Amino acid sequence: MLNKSTHDIAASFSRRGVLAATAGLMLGLASLTGAKAADDTIKVGVLHSLSGTMAISETTLKDTILFLIDEQNKKGGVLGKKLEAVVVDPASNWPLFAEKARELITKDKVAVVFGCWTSVSRKSVLPVFKELNNILFYPVQYEGEESERNVFYTGAAPNQQAIPAVDYLMKEEKVKRWVLAGTDYVYPRTTNKILEAYLKSKGVAQEDIMINYTPFGHSDWQTIVADIKKFGSAGKKTAVVSTINGDANVPFYKELGNQGIKAKDIPVVAFSVGEEELAGIDTKPLLGHLAAWNYFESIKTPANEKFIKDWQAYTKNPKRVTNDPMEAHVIGFNMWVKAVEKVKSTDPDKVIDALPGIEAPNLTGGVSKMLPNHHITKPVFIGEIKGNGQFDVVWKTPGLVAGDAWSKELDGSKDLIGDWVGKKCGNFNTKTNKCLGSGS
Amino acid sequence: MPAHLSARLCTFVLSLFLIAFALPAFAGPFEDAVAKFANDDYSETEEAIGVVASSGNKLAFPIISALQDGRLMADPESKKVYVTGADGKSIDAATGEPVASVPDSASAVRLNNRLRRSVDAAVGSLTLQSPDLGVRLQAAQSVFKSHEETALEAVDGALAKETNRSVKAALVDARAAILLFKSDATEVEKLEAVATLKARGDQEALALLTGMGDQPASVTKAAASAIGSIQSSLAVWSMVQNAWYGLSLGSVLLLAAIGLAITFGVMGVINMAHGEMVMIGAYTTFVVQEVIRTSYPGLFDYSLLIAVPLAFLVAGAIGVLIERSIIRFLYGRPLETLLATWGLSLVLQQAVRTMFGPTNREVGNPSWMSGAFELGQITITYNRLWILVFTLAVFAILLAMLRYTALGLEMRAVTQNRRMAASMGIATSRVDALTFGLGSGIAGIAGVALSQIDNVSPNLGQSYIIDSFMVVVFGGVGNLWGTLVGAFTLGIANKFLEPVAGAVLGKIAILVLIILFIQKRPRGLFALKGRAVEA
Repeated sequence: MLNKSTHDIAASFSRRGVLAATAGLMLGLASLTGAKAADDTIKVGVLHSLSGTMAISETTLKDTILFLIDEQNKKGGVLGKKLEAVVVDPASNWPLFAEKARELITKDKVAVVFGCWTSVSRKSVLPVFKELNNILFYPVQYEGEESERNVFYTGAAPNQQAIPAVDYLMKEEKVKRWVLAGTDYVYPRTTNKILEAYLKSKGVAQEDIMINYTPFGHSDWQTIVADIKKFGSAGKKTAVVSTINGDANVPFYKELGNQGIKAKDIPVVAFSVGEEELAGIDTKPLLGHLAAWNYFESIKTPANEKFIKDWQAYTKNPKRVTNDPMEAHVIGFNMWVKAVEKVKSTDPDKVIDALPGIEAPNLTGGVSKMLPNHHITKPVFIGEIKGNGQFDVVWKTPGLVAGDAWSKELDGSKDLIGDWVGKKCGNFNTKTNKCLGSGS
Repeated sequence: MPAHLSARLCTFVLSLFLIAFALPAFAGPFEDAVAKFANDDYSETEEAIGVVASSGNKLAFPIISALQDGRLMADPESKKVYVTGADGKSIDAATGEPVASVPDSASAVRLNNRLRRSVDAAVGSLTLQSPDLGVRLQAAQSVFKSHEETALEAVDGALAKETNRSVKAALVDARAAILLFKSDATEVEKLEAVATLKARGDQEALALLTGMGDQPASVTKAAASAIGSIQSSLAVWSMVQNAWYGLSLGSVLLLAAIGLAITFGVMGVINMAHGEMVMIGAYTTFVVQEVIRTSYPGLFDYSLLIAVPLAFLVAGAIGVLIERSIIRFLYGRPLETLLATWGLSLVLQQAVRTMFGPTNREVGNPSWMSGAFELGQITITYNRLWILVFTLAVFAILLAMLRYTALGLEMRAVTQNRRMAASMGIATSRVDALTFGLGSGIAGIAGVALSQIDNVSPNLGQSYIIDSFMVVVFGGVGNLWGTLVGAFTLGIANKFLEPVAGAVLGKIAILVLIILFIQKRPRGLFALKGRAVEA
């Protein structure tokens, strides 16, 4: 028998060793594929994890960009040149995201990068994009509190997802008591901070708000679901606002179903559960639970129907679902193409300046516009989970909502705006009329 | 006489006609209400539910129950509403007349959560006197939940006729809930209602009592004392509940760790690919269910029983293959073993990702593993209960195997003193392969059970590998009983910490406690003693 403690030390060392080794291997592979590229193409970087924890969500986005490039090339490409995708795999490893981004920009000389899912991966690549002056399109709903010159945020800011969802529950379901449940990292924590401030401004008392965090991949939800049940039996209508992310959702919903918490008693509104996530669950016990997004596959518009048809034909899978971050990539990609065609160049500086004001149709019948704060306008939909794993839209905002880079609910950010057109500043304080600059 | 007869016949026919026409003629509001279903507007649908449910029309129940099941079809153009039956036949909802077919432009009337609640309340008050016992019980429970004044009459009527004890109790509770919220109920009635709810003593009673709003002083006082007594009894129950959750978490930990207790605990191989064996077991379950779904849908409830031996064979075979092709060259070199098995785990993950795709795969729960039952004031879910039973069974079989079979004897002999065993004529390398296969096979079985509560994704195994090592080390390497006690200790400690410290801090606290414990007792809870330790 071996001594135990040496095992553990050895375990941690060797893990690092293998990580570095695999990273090196992948680097080598990627540079091999990059070297073959011809000069008469425009290169588009795709920075999504194809292995590791986030592969479940990000692989689809890689496929989406490949699909969009394919479609664009069929139309003759951009500026008379074909687009060429350069795909790298940051393997759900946050520091590796920065390495891969640097490689895409310096080695492969891409004109633009579409990528990242988690906020921590975006934060990890930010310095690289600033230093090397390139463009990142980020397609996922996030916590806001950011506006960078080199990043275009095509996912929802909190005021385009979380706040309208809470408004819906207050108005339609008359919810008085709130459980804010999330995975323990930056997006849920910031979103819940914003929501807590917003609920309090609407007169909700502190004792009517329960906040709960769980680790990534949490799988034993018995205690928390029982707590929610208990919290919900205080005689006031209760709802759960879920920022639970990734894999942990499946056991969470299974436990809800098994413990008999029905949507008509305690509805759960989720910000990270879409068609893809539901693919792994039997949704019949979840009927009526809600999700807030800017896009649902079930929305019937000619643009959406065509997109779904083409997508399923491209992936050769008639059951392949579509989801919100995919739509964000569609909008972002089309905006970038329009901007490039407008300035007749792929030079990042020119394209960054051209992007604000560019409009591109979204798949739900509206036209989204890039704003000076590098966020876009989007409609907000509340959908109910149906028995077939799809959503039925029960409510939507009357028009498109402009994304706020800085939340109006938080003391630290309510005076800030992002404006890369007039003020050339991502965090301009409207009270003091000063740009805080990159220091903050 | 014939004249007289025909006159009588005439009056009879006339009166028949009158009755036939009178119904629709007087049911104007009913027809209007039914037509509102076709407007696809939630508040109009809600109005319509109210009018239809209280209309007393014999079509009310078919309409409302069709609405509940998504069988109420409305045509937005003609404003006609149809009830489609399970047998494919349809009737016009306003008149009750059969129709040949529902037009294609009609779609099911949509509901949201608010409407589902009013539909439930309506169905409840309409089915209080149903001949089916289960339906009556459910009806009484949904009236209790909605406690609308309009249902009081129906509850009183049903109460007078009800003979079944549990339904009667549910009706009494429902009546109490209604009276508590009825503004013109007498003080005596309300005090009685509070007493009834106090006797019920569960969270729903607590919810009603805390949310009852303004009441006469005596009622408020009685309610306050009822709330106090319910809360203190619930506090005791929550301890029981934590203990149960702890057992359940412990059983999951044990199940995940039990295979590792063989490969790592008994053989001493640091097997980082152990989690992937669990994952392979879960994917085997998925494949089995997929085959059953497409070819033998009737067998679905047996899918897990079929998957258990298959998962054991698949994972076990892969285990033997790994042992023969990699691990046997690395015995006595823990660092290389660790690196090789970790690399192997990445290879297996990526292989599964390529074969089955990166997204989660749906593994369904058979009917006997879905839902929950109430034991006192705690909810016990069937899937957790079965997993606990299953884990203990696997543990017992494994223990018996090691103790009473020839292979078990050989395994113990080889792990305790390889050279001695070899000189006694045991083919040690064959035993090594079989032992590793056994550990992997058991991990595969664990995957079948874990597929019921967790994601079936390529990452499934990763989330269990750390916990598994923790359990085996904590319990004492090389001792199966230690693994059992270790798993349940960690499970229960975790579940008692979680409500106090939260899930994140709770987990950290457990890790810290284990580190401290290992400092004090490096060989775990149940250390092996004697010469085997030095081998």
